[in-house]
Formats: sequence, C-alpha cells, structure tokens
Amino acid sequence: MDSKEQNLATLNEIRQMMDRSSRFISLSGWSGIAAGTCALIGAWLAADKIGGYYRISYDTPNVCPSCLKKDLIAIAVGVFIAAFLSAALFTFIKSKKDGIAIWGLAARKLMWNTLLPMAAGAFLLLRMMELKQYELIAPASLIFYGLALVNGSKFTVGEVRFLGYAIIATGIFNLWAIGYGLACWAFGFGVLHILYGLAMWWKYERKQ
Amino acid sequence: MKNPIENLNKVFDSRIRLGIMSALLVNEDVNFNELKELIQVTDGNLASHLKNLEESGYIKVQKGFIGRKTNTTYSVTRAGEKAFKLHLDALEEMIRSLE
Repeated sequence: MDSKEQNLATLNEIRQMMDRSSRFISLSGWSGIAAGTCALIGAWLAADKIGGYYRISYDTPNVCPSCLKKDLIAIAVGVFIAAFLSAALFTFIKSKKDGIAIWGLAARKLMWNTLLPMAAGAFLLLRMMELKQYELIAPASLIFYGLALVNGSKFTVGEVRFLGYAIIATGIFNLWAIGYGLACWAFGFGVLHILYGLAMWWKYERKQ
Repeated sequence: MKNPIENLNKVFDSRIRLGIMSALLVNEDVNFNELKELIQVTDGNLASHLKNLEESGYIKVQKGFIGRKTNTTYSVTRAGEKAFKLHLDALEEMIRSLE
C-alpha cells in the first residue's frame, strides 16, 4: 500500500539523518591500506638504521646514540605525516564520490575523539624519551593509538573498534616482549592497518 | 480499533522538521550551519522550520558567540524527545497494522 511505503521511507530518512549527523562514514578502506604501507616502510627504514648502528658499534666505539635517536624520531614523524596525508587523501576521494562534505559535524567529533587520546599519548611518549625509557615507547604508542581508535569508532564506521582492540592487544603483548618493539610496531601499525583496510574495502567499496 | 493516524504528530509532517529532530536527537547540540549542511535547505526555509519547532516547545535555542560571529545552537527538549518518540511509535504501528 502507498502509505506503508511512505511511512517506511520516512523511517528510513530518519535513520539516515541520525547516521549522517553522528557518524563520519566516508572513511575509505584504502586509507587503512595506505597508512599501513607507510608504517611498514617506516619500520623497514628504522630496522635498517638500528642494524647499521649496531654493526658499526662493534668496531668503532665513537658512534653517537643521539644521532640514532634523531634519525628514529625523524622517521617516526615522517611516517605519521605520510600516513595521515595518504589516509586523508583516500578518504577525501571517497567523500567526493559519495557527495558528502568532508568537514561536517561528524568529522569534527571524530577528530576530537581520536586526537585527544593521541595527544595525551604523545605527551607520555615525549616524557618517556626524556627519561630514556625507550623500551616502552612502542607498546605505549600502540596502546594509546588503539584507545584513540576505540574512542573514535563511535563516530565513524563501527568496525574501526576491532582494529583498535587488536592494536591494544598488540601493545599489551609488547609490554612483556620488550625486545620485539619494532616488530610489534610494524605488526600493529602496518599489518593490522592493511588487513583492516582490505576488509573494509571488501565489505563496502568492492561493488562500487 | 482506534486509528493510529491520530497519534501521528502534525508538527513532524514536514521532511525538514523531521530531519532537524533526527539530527538533534543523536547530537547534544547542533548549530545552524551544520543543520543547513545536513538537511540541505536554504537559510530562510530552515529558520522558519526551526522557529516552528521552537514554538512547539520541542527544541531549545542557545545564542552564543565564537569570536565576533554569532553561533546559534539548537538542542532537543524533553518534550521534543517525547513527542518524537510517540511519532515514531505511531509510524511503526501504522506499518504493522497495514501488514
């Protein structure tokens, strides 16, 4: 009947409006893949630097640990910027395709709810570096990033939460596997992001 | 049997007012431009529907400033929440009764 269709359409519209105003749904699977790839390249560069540092240090005592530290920080910052920009690019493309403004109410909520835990984590990492607690940097960054994802998942595609859980678990595992910081880091920020991105692409974007 | 149409709220007849209520129910407060972007209507059109909802007592208006620019935000009232829920129940009942 006609009025039944009408009522269903009305309900549908209400649901859409609730969703669109509270969740940022343009997050693309490609963003995860791109961010993960950046992280893996970064981990590879870092492994190379660390390897080089220890190779030299056996025969030449005069190496500078602060150079290594500087290099690693530069790599980490570079990875963060590259990952953020490439993730933003694919999401921007998707939002254009869906015809949804990228900087809406939901996007602002998403940003605030993920950036707040990440900023708190960044202070912790900075302080850890000052106190030379380098072993805990990889697990702490994983845990805080995972918490940021879980917190932000309420304002975007809900599946982000599972990526968050997996990254938190990786970080906690890393707390008791201190020597494997870089490996855990590469797994959490690299492999898990790529897996998540592939899953999201498969689920939502394949057909389009 | 009573007619479920009686329970439908006239105020929520309009697609725009329905959109405003939906957005306000899931967000603590939303400002004018955000609503405009979400519902995609002209300023005047949105303003008149907001006025109507405000006069019905379903939404509250808070006027504030960000720097020198006015920032008017809207949020749903208790009465609005209740009325909207009744409206949804009525819609649901209508769909069921037609099955």
